[in-house]
Amino acid sequence: MADEFKIRLRATLKDSITTVQAKITHPMETGARRKLETGRLIPAHFIQEVTFEHNSQVVMSADWSVGISKDPYCAFKFKGGVEGDTVTVTWTDNKGNTGTKAVTID
Amino acid sequence: MNLPRRTFLKGVFATGGAMALGTSVLPQSVMADLPETAAQAKSLSEAEQALFDGAQITEITDENVIAIKAPEIAENGQVVQIEVTTNLEKLESITILAEKNPVPLVAQFNFHDPKNAVGWVKTRIKMVGTSDVIAVVKADGQLYAARREVTVTLGGCGG
Repeated sequence: MADEFKIRLRATLKDSITTVQAKITHPMETGARRKLETGRLIPAHFIQEVTFEHNSQVVMSADWSVGISKDPYCAFKFKGGVEGDTVTVTWTDNKGNTGTKAVTID
Repeated sequence: MNLPRRTFLKGVFATGGAMALGTSVLPQSVMADLPETAAQAKSLSEAEQALFDGAQITEITDENVIAIKAPEIAENGQVVQIEVTTNLEKLESITILAEKNPVPLVAQFNFHDPKNAVGWVKTRIKMVGTSDVIAVVKADGQLYAARREVTVTLGGCGG
């Protein structure tokens, strides 16, 4: 499970702006694709919500549709972070799976 | 005498209809915090209506205000990198839509601390074919939108 939904997270500080980059391993199935062998639809399976926290305060939250690519990548910036602060990402998909990861700003 | 039965039947039909609809649109319907109608919207205008409740959206062509960075030609519609930059103050959200996608709404990024927000997001989206990508920026309670065409040589949905 943990390997299935791996998260890579980086938070880097430059000129008082923190850049956060996240990449999550996730199929992001649209629900419109069919299995080649059976012709059956593959059920939709995608991340709906991603929340980023800076020292436990939500700085950015994203709502996604099936239109985000497989193994989603997302980056954003914010002011007010300093070296050593914690940045956390948490995601939830439409099947109720979740994942979270924390890093320190460097 | 008949009324309860009719009411009951009406109820059954209504439920059945909703269930059938639910099944047929399920792949596109399930989103957590966005208005359900926005997640189900099949056209750009429907999606914008559902997301922004018909509020006026000011078109922006000045790239210093809103810039969408995207490849002019995307060979693979499965993965199209989109970068949105804005210098609008009191940033609240950036929404990305792909006009021709079966579900135009791709993502909404909400900034919870407008005074510490930086107007920049980067992500990778699916595009079913050549289409305009639209970025709607909400700042200081107002809506602004910019668009940019991306030519897709190999579609990224279904298949």
